[in-house]
Amino acid sequence: MSLMNQKWRGTYTLFKKEVLRFWRVAFQTVASPVLTALLYLLIFSHVLASHVQVYENVPYTAFLIPGLIMMSLLQNAFANSSSSLIQSKVMGNIVFILLTPLSYLQFYMALLAAAMIRGLFVGFVIYLVALFFVDLPIVHVGWILTFAVLGSALLGTFGIIAGIWADKFDQMAAFQNFVIMPLTFLSGVFYSIHSLPPFWQVVSKFNPFFYMIDGFRFGFFGKGDVSPWLSLVVVIGFLLGLAWVCLKMLKSGYKLRG
Amino acid sequence: MKPAIQFNRVHKNFGELQALNGIDLTIPQGEFFGLLGPNGAGKSTLINILAGLLKPTYGTASVMGHDVVSDYQAARMALGVVPQELVFDPFFNVREMLRFQAGYFGRGRENDAWVDEILEGLGLTDKAHTNMRKLSGGMKRRALIAQALAHKPPVIVLDEPTAGVDVELRQMLWEFIKKLNREGHTIVLTTHYLEEAETLCSRVAMMKQGEIVALDSTANLLNKFAGKNLRLVLGNAPLPAPLLSMLKSGEHGVYMLALSHLSQVEFALSELRKANVQIEDMQLIEPDLEDVFMSLVGSASHRNDDLIIQS
Repeated sequence: MSLMNQKWRGTYTLFKKEVLRFWRVAFQTVASPVLTALLYLLIFSHVLASHVQVYENVPYTAFLIPGLIMMSLLQNAFANSSSSLIQSKVMGNIVFILLTPLSYLQFYMALLAAAMIRGLFVGFVIYLVALFFVDLPIVHVGWILTFAVLGSALLGTFGIIAGIWADKFDQMAAFQNFVIMPLTFLSGVFYSIHSLPPFWQVVSKFNPFFYMIDGFRFGFFGKGDVSPWLSLVVVIGFLLGLAWVCLKMLKSGYKLRG
Repeated sequence: MKPAIQFNRVHKNFGELQALNGIDLTIPQGEFFGLLGPNGAGKSTLINILAGLLKPTYGTASVMGHDVVSDYQAARMALGVVPQELVFDPFFNVREMLRFQAGYFGRGRENDAWVDEILEGLGLTDKAHTNMRKLSGGMKRRALIAQALAHKPPVIVLDEPTAGVDVELRQMLWEFIKKLNREGHTIVLTTHYLEEAETLCSRVAMMKQGEIVALDSTANLLNKFAGKNLRLVLGNAPLPAPLLSMLKSGEHGVYMLALSHLSQVEFALSELRKANVQIEDMQLIEPDLEDVFMSLVGSASHRNDDLIIQS
């Protein structure tokens, strides 16, 4: 068997294992985030629909859905790579991967692809379910797919970094609660940043999550808080930066090889 | 022919601690090699360097001629390591784990026949579809060995594989490992069970504080470092004073004398005659690796703390 085939099979095997890992517990990894997103939808749309209109001719419920889809997509991409790594580290079974000839690049690609699959799948299911509740236009499908893919890659990478860094479950929980959650909630999932006071508008513009959600939402309505091209540049920039950090960590064997 | 394993002046420091201090070791292909030493001697550190889990501070190591750092992929292809800790992935069953493990090494369905052979050899066939989580400790240990073998490596390293394993399973494992050795696989074993090393390994290295203190064939080590023992049962009589310098152990009238030469038997008997002591029973006991180990590695305190000696 050629070396190329062998490498491809190695990467594919790790990817497959990572996908099966979350699929075996799909109730927890897919069904439960879908339910959570629907609860948000139900509550916020019920409470706010009559009071808030962010964009002209766009009902609040419709405005909310892309934000919820993206939020869940991002959180689940992060959860997949980070929880897989921290579990393997705490259980000790990461050694099975470390003993193999898989390179750091193969390791990154496999974990990232699985994280993206979970994020995108959860997002897609929420989209399908949401269609029962509201009429959702699609203006630029290209932007939707671009930001979905880039967002899941960004958070999948972030999850690998967090998974390598954390030694214990509580460190991972802290990472999730003190970094991921605030960045997601303060990114314009539930509102347009134009509705914020000027200071918080500026703060929001330093949040990469804002650009992912705004660009994604632009794909549905053709409207956004900033240009999707700006969002694209920011998101790609962040993705490349995080991927660089992540690959550096993996290459050096940080916290994985002594 | 390239050696199966080679270490050249390998050092490993953890901060101030020197875990390995210039290890030179060559293990030819096809050998059944034993790596012995008390806890903290550096056995696992050495194995982890071989497996790429640790990087040497200085020096090089190779598997089948492939450097474990610069040519790590080829080195790891040739190596199967059974880790010491009983680790497992709770999401999958035994067969799935073995398929994954082979897959990481680039092997696919064509490898299934070998996986079946391992499952059968280790008595895991009827557990093939059982989730790893549901296996007993002994079965998990077998699965761990099976995982290390899944890609059919020519060099197999077992780090304390029989720690906490019952006698029956231990025998079964050794039969299987011996079979692999007969088929040409190089086997490296670290163990606390000296008797195990004595019966299985053709050559043995003894480690102490990060250094190899003895490296020879098991037979040579026994000849060189351990004389025979004379076991005497004397009832209530005390051991005559001239024999006390030879005393290794003694309680309840049973004494073990260390002989540096066989002629000392005559000396011991004449002293007993002189003291008018009645011998109730007497045995000449062959040396074992424990004796070699004690003379090389340490004080009697190691005996209880670090070694499990089978009787």
